[in-house]
Amino acid sequence: MADTYSRGKRVFVERPLELVLLTVGVALVADLLSKLANGTVTVLTLSIFLKDGIVIGLVIGLAGVGLSMTYSILNFANFAHGEYLTAGAFAGWVATYLVAGAGTVSAGDLFLLGVSGGADAGTVGASVFSTPLAVLVGFAVAVAFGVALALALDRLVYRPMRGQGAISLLIASIGVALALRYLLAFVFGTSRTGITGGTLPTYTVPVIDLIFNAHELALVAAALAMMGGVHLLLRRTKLGKAMRAMADNPDLARVTGIPTERVVRATWIIGGGLTGAAGYLVVLETGTISFDYGWTLLLLIFAAVILGGIGSIYGAMLGGLTIGIASTLSLIWIPSDFTHAAAFAVMILILLTRPSGLFSGVTTA
Amino acid sequence: MGVSADRLSARLPGGDGALILAVFLALYAGFGLLGVLLGLDANGLASTLQRITFFAAVYALLALALNLQWGYAGLFNIGVAGFMAVGVYTMAMLTAPTDPGTGGLPGLGLPLPVGIVGGMLAAALVGALAALPALRLKADYLAIVTLALSEIIRIVYNSTSLRTFSIAGVDLGTGGSQGLALPTNPINALFYSDARSPASPPTALGEAAFGLFGAAGVQHTTVVDWTYTLVLVVFVWLFYRLLSRVGNSPFGRVLKAIREDELVARSLGKDTGRFKIKTFMLGCALMGLGGILWQGSQSYVSPNNFLPILTFYIFIALIIGGSGSNTGSVIGGALFVGLLFEGPTFVRRLVAQQIPLGDAPDTFVAAVEPLASLDVTPLLAYALGNLASLRFVLAGVVLVYFVQTRPKGLLGHRKEIAASVDLSERPNRPARADGGERR
Amino acid sequence: MSRAGGTAAVERAAEETETGTEAGPPAARPLRVRNLTKRFGGLTAVDGASFDVEEGSLTGLIGPNGAGKSTTFDCITGVRRPDGGSVHLYGEEITGLPPYAVAERGLVRTFQIARELKEMTVIENVMLAPKDQRGERLWRSVLPGPRRAVIEQERELRERAWETLEFFEIDHLAEEYAGNLSGGQRKLLELARALLTDPHVLLLDEPLAGVNPVLEEKLLGRIHDLRAEGYTFLLVEHDMDVIMNNCERVIVMHQGRVIADDAPAAIMEDERVIDAYLGANV
Repeated sequence: MADTYSRGKRVFVERPLELVLLTVGVALVADLLSKLANGTVTVLTLSIFLKDGIVIGLVIGLAGVGLSMTYSILNFANFAHGEYLTAGAFAGWVATYLVAGAGTVSAGDLFLLGVSGGADAGTVGASVFSTPLAVLVGFAVAVAFGVALALALDRLVYRPMRGQGAISLLIASIGVALALRYLLAFVFGTSRTGITGGTLPTYTVPVIDLIFNAHELALVAAALAMMGGVHLLLRRTKLGKAMRAMADNPDLARVTGIPTERVVRATWIIGGGLTGAAGYLVVLETGTISFDYGWTLLLLIFAAVILGGIGSIYGAMLGGLTIGIASTLSLIWIPSDFTHAAAFAVMILILLTRPSGLFSGVTTA
Repeated sequence: MGVSADRLSARLPGGDGALILAVFLALYAGFGLLGVLLGLDANGLASTLQRITFFAAVYALLALALNLQWGYAGLFNIGVAGFMAVGVYTMAMLTAPTDPGTGGLPGLGLPLPVGIVGGMLAAALVGALAALPALRLKADYLAIVTLALSEIIRIVYNSTSLRTFSIAGVDLGTGGSQGLALPTNPINALFYSDARSPASPPTALGEAAFGLFGAAGVQHTTVVDWTYTLVLVVFVWLFYRLLSRVGNSPFGRVLKAIREDELVARSLGKDTGRFKIKTFMLGCALMGLGGILWQGSQSYVSPNNFLPILTFYIFIALIIGGSGSNTGSVIGGALFVGLLFEGPTFVRRLVAQQIPLGDAPDTFVAAVEPLASLDVTPLLAYALGNLASLRFVLAGVVLVYFVQTRPKGLLGHRKEIAASVDLSERPNRPARADGGERR
Repeated sequence: MSRAGGTAAVERAAEETETGTEAGPPAARPLRVRNLTKRFGGLTAVDGASFDVEEGSLTGLIGPNGAGKSTTFDCITGVRRPDGGSVHLYGEEITGLPPYAVAERGLVRTFQIARELKEMTVIENVMLAPKDQRGERLWRSVLPGPRRAVIEQERELRERAWETLEFFEIDHLAEEYAGNLSGGQRKLLELARALLTDPHVLLLDEPLAGVNPVLEEKLLGRIHDLRAEGYTFLLVEHDMDVIMNNCERVIVMHQGRVIADDAPAAIMEDERVIDAYLGANV
């Protein structure tokens, strides 16, 4: 009894911020329940928020896995990660357009993804349902391009700096981000363009009348499949074990003779591929693309990675889901232009109170 | 080049001051030449050089403030834009009239100096809020925290819900995405009888200045702008003096020790956390002031002026010059503005004027297709037309280049001795005439 | 003396902990460590170490690699937070205080691998050390009026700094960047720097490692001079001869515990010490 009391007192004194967070969390849940009870928030609204949150969260999580891996294994925060997302998406969707619109629109117009008149989203009508092959090809190209880009940039920028400190690499990645983002702007222009077209089949969940569309389903399926793949890779293969060892302790891994350059390359390949895929899926779901959307997502991805604990694959995924759901659910209480601010604020609080992340414990995978 | 720049400043009579002057003279010569080639008249030339000087001064101010945090104490703050925004917005909200006309936003109606000091204090306080817990974290975590904080600040100022609001019965407003009116620049009052209207009759000083420069073909607005620019130059000098004194003091000595090996400083009895927080707060206050001085040339401010890219620009300026060196910060600001920021635009104008490239193609594909027939003109024309994007690409490449090959910039990590007196002077030897005090 | 005495000291220290009679001796000892414990995950690096350091003494702390000597230093000086036990400095508890607070109270350390500030000159390194410098206040260092007092103090400190460098015979290197110094010169610089904080107790972590014989002689000479002036030293050293020839008391650690605490001659014959060094289990 006394012991519990003194322990409680210690928690209160040593971790005041966490206690406040917990209190706020409990209060929010209670408030939500009362809102549900008195009908201010309907079950349908709540389920739509949850669905949107899960969809956004999966994408952020998927993108976060790549960032988390490079952060822990290469030991620097890659600020160009958002641009890997955008670049992968552009490459993938150019491929989708070239396949889907072949013969009807000129290749040049298709390449530009509707920036010029010929190939707007309506004419090409790309979607999972109407042009499944083109979407599959595009997805594959996005993954391949993500891998190629990550490897090329490692060769050009990061490898020559391997021995340098985290901050030097971070600054270099800011330079990479700037250059990549505006190269995309140079080629594709700076306006936001509609990408997907055609009518999509929808599915209704009985009882609560929640409606899904095919792209949301495709995104969830693809994201889950890739997560499973990464899990198997890290758990079952020798390479995966080496990567986990390096994430936990790079010095130890170097001493025990795991070929680090090979592990580094594998990290970029997996991270780049997942990020390219995530970029493609975001566009599939939102239906629009612009040269800077990856950059606007970057801080949210960081938030997910930090929430989950840097280096943890499942953490990144859980962190992504948490950030996604929190940002949609927050609409119940705060105006929509504050949702990102709220997510960043949560990230800052986590960094200050538990820099190792909420879901850490097992550091890797 | 780092070495040669160092040697150059050692060889130049006048040292660092002369080096800064030489860089500015070289920029003026370059842009003067470009201006003449472009066929600019006297007013065009004067206003070009004003623009260069203005932005060089702005970036020098901000790079100096950042140098205090990053160069001196190793605090990696990439939320500069946010702290600037806090300074400018607080200043504007403190000074806006309590009873605005239609469409205006209410404020506290305080005098401008109070607003400026308030803006700096607010920036320092927000800095302390971020720094108090975050300084314990790893440098890259501090980076993420400060970037996120600057985005939160921008989102808050951009929010529709705070366009107007009231606290304890006092009406205030941020203007949301439409922005907020700024107080009239006091420089105008020197020249115009009604500071708010350039159409009003000039004051005696205004009449004299306009007459003098008008004879050379320089317009009134250029005279006023130059005057404000010179005020900024004075502030650069003040910042420089202030930060050099901080650096050359026991306080600066502790900062230098923190940058090199914090544990040593702590083991020698220095409460390094306190030093870091003070440094962070002073840097943030100076960033707030830098923002105020910059936006002071405008009539209104909007959240879009404070995108993270602004922070990265300041970093590029500091890295070019060399973090750790105040002289490097000023030179970096000047070179960044001259070569990366303004230079490309002028070159484009010159190329467009000298080489007939025809109409630029609308799209990248249309620009690239003629390459098949070895026709580069459309691509060139397209590149010139989209120079804004290429300028960013260039900035990114320069940043990577410097971090990879010259991480210390042109003048960085100069090993200036941190002390208020000349340490080489031994006791029981005749003291120098000036007592060995360092400036 | 011999073995019985050593055991007695250890037991006495342990006894005080157990019974909790912490009335304190009449004149509080410079340093009093009780039951110090530090764990890293499953590994207990320091396992209930207890010892005292007498006023004005030169006490040696030895033990095989991994005995917990450096961790003990880290816990005493606040670099690491101990998991248990206490550290008293002249009767005042300093357990778990941050390093700067420990140094402010007059206990200062040097590092096993010299941590000179490379991009600062030797004299700058030394000038960093003095306590309560007026110019360490931001505004005083900047504002014209108060700055005059700062400059005045800087001149005084400069004088002391030069004298200290002369004492250690490295004044000819004063304006050299510390990064250019030899290993031995760095050790001298570290000691000079530590001394300028006006400490009462100095903890030296292998001050002679990597020092050539000539400099070693010089360094030991300085340590004896300072001891004669009343400074108290606790010394970690690998070189047995140095410890045995210079220290009047030796504390031996093994596997995180203090296994002997006695005069050098007695330590030499202590079977536990011999066993520990031979790698046998105690």
